[in-house]
Amino acid sequence: MNDFIERLAARASEQGLLDVAYATVDTPIGDVVVAATDRGLVRVALPGESVDDVLAHLAQDVSPRILAYPKRLDEARRELDQYFEGKRHSFELPLDWRLSHPGFYRRVLRATAKVPYGELITYTDAAKRAGSPRAFRAAGSALGSNPIPIVVPCHRVVRSGGDIGNYGGGSELKRFLLEHEHAL
Amino acid sequence: MSAVRQALPPFQVFIDEHLQPVRAFLRGMVGPTDAEDCLQETFIAALRAYPRAHAGNLRSWVFTIAHRKAIDHHRTTRREQPMADVEQAIDRTNSAPPADAGLGMDPRDSAIWAAVAELPPGQRAAVVLRFAADLRYREVGEALGTSEEGARQNVHEGLKKLRRSAAELKEMAT
Repeated sequence: MNDFIERLAARASEQGLLDVAYATVDTPIGDVVVAATDRGLVRVALPGESVDDVLAHLAQDVSPRILAYPKRLDEARRELDQYFEGKRHSFELPLDWRLSHPGFYRRVLRATAKVPYGELITYTDAAKRAGSPRAFRAAGSALGSNPIPIVVPCHRVVRSGGDIGNYGGGSELKRFLLEHEHAL
Repeated sequence: MSAVRQALPPFQVFIDEHLQPVRAFLRGMVGPTDAEDCLQETFIAALRAYPRAHAGNLRSWVFTIAHRKAIDHHRTTRREQPMADVEQAIDRTNSAPPADAGLGMDPRDSAIWAAVAELPPGQRAAVVLRFAADLRYREVGEALGTSEEGARQNVHEGLKKLRRSAAELKEMAT
């Protein structure tokens, strides 16, 4: 059965029929689902998220032509493995930004993508870098809707008071990632 | 309820749901050896057309495609069907069963499938859809482009012939 799907997905990919390929990565935080289009990594789903829901949203928002095809995610899986082993401090994957709202939200996420490993910025910093210093609340919403967590490191954005703030995967996971990066 | 258009499920979910029944159907239509190739052709064609499919009747839709692929296969391969010969099928039953038996293709049933292969194409497709793929008569009709009544008729006629073959088989075996 998996043989069949793999053969089908390889053919589909060759013929340009596979719009979204996905794979599961086994990480210290649990199973992370990664999905890519021909433009690049489009989605990273943290362990708390239901795979069925993630796939259903991809079907609706990108294309229903979705298959499990780990081969297209080889590079993403390798870089995530290295990140969790502490051997990689920045990702070099092409990203497909289409699941983030164009405009302010996407500017916040693009700015966040440049925050280096182990460093922290505040929501106000993120808003400032996206060009609207006073929109720190909106910056929080933008980060909360990050479709590519970990790779776009929204976990490095924290509250100014010292509280680490919210995280899509739960604040415990945020703390884990920041401790992993020795940022706390 | 209102006619809100259902969203298409991810293709992976669609495959997970339909792969086994479509495989059983194609095994009944073209034999186990060629079924896998037909299965690939079916799902590649389905993937190509998928964005235009209607979420409401994906089941009969994919069987329509599979049926077309089975017909294409019969047209291009003029070879004898792998299990068309009843005696050969019985031999096979007595010797080692195929390694990948199952999916409604139990080796004990191979003589029956050989008889199914002898049916006229419409009856064969209807019988296989009804019993190997477990479709309802309405769905059999949708997949083959006939009415529900037509599907029922085809299955009925097919079964009548099969019963005759089964009786002959019994005689041969005793």
